[in-house]
Amino acid sequence: MATPKSLHKEFRADLKENSVRGVFFATALVSIITTVGIVVVLFADSVDFFSQVSIVEFFTSTRWSPVIKPIEFGVLPIISGTLTFTFLTALVAIPIGVLAAIYLSEYASERFRRIVKPALEVLAGIPTVVYGYFALIYVTPLLKKIFPEISTFNVLSASIMVGIMIIPTIASLSEDAMRAVPNSLRQAGYGLGITKFQVTSTVVVPASLSGIISSFILGISRAIGETMAVTIAAGNLSRIVNWLNPKEAFLQPVQTMTSAMVEVGTSDVTGTSVAYKSLFAVGLTLFVMTMLLNLVSQRIKNKYREKYE
Amino acid sequence: MSTLDYLSGTAEKDNIGKEHKKEFGFKIVAVLATLIGIVSLAVLLAYVFTEAAGWLDLQFLTSTPSRFAEKAGYYPAILGSAFVVALVALFALPLGVGAAVYLEEYSRKNFIQRFLQTNIANLAGVPSIVYGLLGLGLFVGTLGLPHGVVLVGAFTLTLRVLPIVIVSSQEAIRAVPDLQRQAALGLGATKWQMIRSIVLPEAFPGIMTGTIISLANAIGETAPLIMIGAATTIFSPPHGLLSSFSAMPLQIYAWSDFPKSEFQHGVLPAAIVVLLLVILTMNGIAVYARNKYYKNKK
Repeated sequence: MATPKSLHKEFRADLKENSVRGVFFATALVSIITTVGIVVVLFADSVDFFSQVSIVEFFTSTRWSPVIKPIEFGVLPIISGTLTFTFLTALVAIPIGVLAAIYLSEYASERFRRIVKPALEVLAGIPTVVYGYFALIYVTPLLKKIFPEISTFNVLSASIMVGIMIIPTIASLSEDAMRAVPNSLRQAGYGLGITKFQVTSTVVVPASLSGIISSFILGISRAIGETMAVTIAAGNLSRIVNWLNPKEAFLQPVQTMTSAMVEVGTSDVTGTSVAYKSLFAVGLTLFVMTMLLNLVSQRIKNKYREKYE
Repeated sequence: MSTLDYLSGTAEKDNIGKEHKKEFGFKIVAVLATLIGIVSLAVLLAYVFTEAAGWLDLQFLTSTPSRFAEKAGYYPAILGSAFVVALVALFALPLGVGAAVYLEEYSRKNFIQRFLQTNIANLAGVPSIVYGLLGLGLFVGTLGLPHGVVLVGAFTLTLRVLPIVIVSSQEAIRAVPDLQRQAALGLGATKWQMIRSIVLPEAFPGIMTGTIISLANAIGETAPLIMIGAATTIFSPPHGLLSSFSAMPLQIYAWSDFPKSEFQHGVLPAAIVVLLLVILTMNGIAVYARNKYYKNKK
């Protein structure tokens, strides 16, 4: 029989359990609030910005000069800088990352993996300012020996360092995908008398392709958002990069969307100026680009994943 | 290829020989690709550590920045980083673990949970500079906190590292065997008692590993702090939550602009070595804790 007193106690216990649950739920909501915050902040100031600068000018003008007169807000030069930097970075990170993934998944001994994998992770843990310093102080002088015409600030050296930084992202995700391929498929290959390299290239890689491609996209999205290495080593010169002239495109300074934001952020612009608001318009463009890539990466991974049970 | 070759087996041998060479060549290329990043980094680190020698001394650790290389110091930046990261730990640990507990122990497997989970995964992929804009727009613009102060820096970096703290805490909580939960509930414990006395203590080492790694990342974050207006060079350490501050990577960024050789090959390497030692030590502690924990489990 429930006495009024025990009922009261039970009610109190329930109340406590529920409020604990409420507190946990509230902490989980912080991540939702963060997303909403990002979207609202970026949109609100972008709307303000586009009331002063036409959206047509923003996406078609070929000059980006937010602080120095004559002021012009054309996002194309800094998008072309970002694409150049991202292309070169992917050129470094993708082949190396995939080969490393193949080696770690198909060839390496357990002992080798145990030592090398954490060492690879260290690459991703080094701050990007440090990579920027490496690029500027060590890599550029080295490149000067190969390309004497290279500028002190150039996109190539930054790309090489950031490419190395992104190797573990691509290697570890691709490796996970390759290790998920069941051994029976490999055994079938060996049963047909083909070599390990043939098994890898005709069985393992095709079977894990969705995971590998999703790792590429994630790596590319990382490169697009990378800020400090480019800011320090690539020179902050906004220009439309012409890939048809590779020497000029890759050995000269460029400005990316991120380094353009740092330039505005460190200048003395006030909270009411158009230059300040342009930060949010560029930030929104960047956010949309990386978000789309991340969503595509997840979609490919989930949708085209071969299911082995 | 004649029938004779087939009969004697030489054709097959040739073929096998060719495949063997291909196999061997590929293996070499793949090993090199695996090691090239690590080796390059090791070489670069050897360079910085050598160049830092002679510059990294007590004077450097205890003085304020200066335009004269011999007098330049790192003290305000070190203290700024320490202050901010301590606050990030204070904010991110309860928020991150709380969200992880909700997702693993309370939430049903429904669309709300999927939505939260997808959202957290997406947040982890947002570029760090965008978090800087969030901090600038939200904490400075909307809430009216001053530019570039410790509290705004800590709030911004907390939001930045939160997704990683949540995901790693979730993994640690998931690793706690269900039998232990059932045992606690069977003894009449309420859910909260079970979480408090069984799940969290068991998951603690895993949670700490993830948190320490996130904090090490936070120490290296530069772009978000630039966007919220933190100083790249400052001459006194922060003295309160609303005091302006600089941090180690910001000071490195500022010095990377100095063309003088004593800065580029002396002061900067010293500053980088201090930052890397802090980050690598934290990562080392995290990995050590994880290994020790897994050994105990077995």
